[in-house]
Amino acid sequence: MNYHWNWGIFFEQVKNGDETYLDWLITGFGWTIAVSLTAWIIALTLGSVIGTLRTTPRGWVVALGNAWVEFFRNIPLLVQMLLWFFVVPELLPKDLSMWVKQDMPAKEFITASVCLGLFTSARIAEQVRAGIQSLPRGQLYAGMAMGFTLPQTYRYVLLPMAFRIIVPPLTSEFMSVFKNSSVAFAISVLELTFQSRQMQEDSEQGIETYVAVTILYFVCAFIANRVMGQIEQRTRVPGYVTGKH
Amino acid sequence: MIEMSNVSKHYGQFQVLTDCSTTVSKGEVIVVCGPSGSGKSTLIKCVNGLEPFQSGKITVDGVSVGAPETDLPKLRARVGMVFQNFELFPHMSITENLTIGQIKVLKRSAEEATEIGLKLLDRVGLKAQAGKFPGQLSGGQQQRVAIARALSMNPICMLFDEPTSALDPEMVNEVLDVMVELAHEGMTMMCVTHEMGFARKVADRVIFMDQGRIVEDATKADFFGTPRSERAQQFLSKILSH
Ligand SMILES: Nc1ncnc2c1ncn2[C@@H]1O[C@H](COP(=O)(O)OP(=O)(O)OP(=O)(O)O)[C@@H](O)[C@H]1O
Ligand SMILES: [Mg+2]
Repeated sequence: MNYHWNWGIFFEQVKNGDETYLDWLITGFGWTIAVSLTAWIIALTLGSVIGTLRTTPRGWVVALGNAWVEFFRNIPLLVQMLLWFFVVPELLPKDLSMWVKQDMPAKEFITASVCLGLFTSARIAEQVRAGIQSLPRGQLYAGMAMGFTLPQTYRYVLLPMAFRIIVPPLTSEFMSVFKNSSVAFAISVLELTFQSRQMQEDSEQGIETYVAVTILYFVCAFIANRVMGQIEQRTRVPGYVTGKH
Repeated sequence: MIEMSNVSKHYGQFQVLTDCSTTVSKGEVIVVCGPSGSGKSTLIKCVNGLEPFQSGKITVDGVSVGAPETDLPKLRARVGMVFQNFELFPHMSITENLTIGQIKVLKRSAEEATEIGLKLLDRVGLKAQAGKFPGQLSGGQQQRVAIARALSMNPICMLFDEPTSALDPEMVNEVLDVMVELAHEGMTMMCVTHEMGFARKVADRVIFMDQGRIVEDATKADFFGTPRSERAQQFLSKILSH
């Protein structure tokens, strides 16, 4: 193998422009974080609501929640990304469709964030449901017996414990969001994977490029893990042993 | 205070309660006993509407529990309930457990609620534990906190569902003592329990249930003296023998 190593490549200028390759990667890193965090906010919000609804006594609400989860969990993320980008705009009413295709600002970014957010929301909904249902039924009774309404019982009694219980699976979901955001390259979001492919083609220094990208993704996942670890520490309940109370 | 007439409940085909009728007057203490699966928990949960029932009528302080127009949360706030597994809220300190209902349901100020909560905690002998969490207390202590929590809402009556059966034997009495004291103060109480010593000490009447029916509803003297049904006699001899 006579690969021409060049670790200085990051500081060289790109072929057609006055940016360096490092600038490209930094841009990519920025978009990766933007897409991931936006998607995470969407996912956490929707996932919590839908997961909670799936534990309520209303049959049709539960059915709707289940359908949501099955739909977004059972189609590959890449396909969902393409569907949202190429198919959904065609299905909108004519004026709206035109606006989305031609004038919508940050179209790629919004589509990618929403798509990844909805996909992840289904997974979070599943965890929230499992968390709530793992609580002893007596907790619901105790909340209701205090005179709380059902929403109050969820707010003050069930959800605070359910979320504590599901911090570990949520941690890996949070890490997955960063990793899954790479699929956004398929609709030309200038995120890390997209930028790295550009850099590789432009510079022909594939190994250096992907080593750098690997490190950047690793850093994202690592920080996500640490953040969740902190949350777990801060919300720990003194004397509480999981599965027993 | 509590009136129950011809209450029946079924899960699908399975009949849990059949034609249950009884009354609990103000200041009365009723003990409910019976074999496992006889419907005691279900009956007591029907009283504050935690379990719905299909026919019959229950009124608590004149309010019909099953009526669709009844504000159940409001009614439940006036009925204290204590569970077999304590069911304190594990993520809240003892003080928070004692004040959350007062603050969110009764709209008391935090200061007032804390003052009332701590007074009740002192009353059940646990003043020193105010800052701890439920997981840091023994079962007996948790159950006493649970009683104090129910009392913090100024209930008009109290429901107990086997409050001592999840406890280690040496902790049973500390909880029963609190209940006896409550009974002596004139609290209206409906207690599912197999603690016949407790029944002897404070019960006005004893209800015996079997297979979803109230088989015996007698004064304490009659129940322990001459239980009429054979099932009740067998049951009594079984529990009293150990
Ligand atoms: N959700 C439910 N679905 C179907 N059957 C149920 C349900 N809940 C309770 N049951 C049945 O109803 C019957 C009465 O239950 P309940 O808990 O009231 O009995 P219990 O007298 O309190 O018994 P224990 O002494 O074991 O607490 C039991 O046979 C139980 O299996
Ligand atoms: Mg029971």
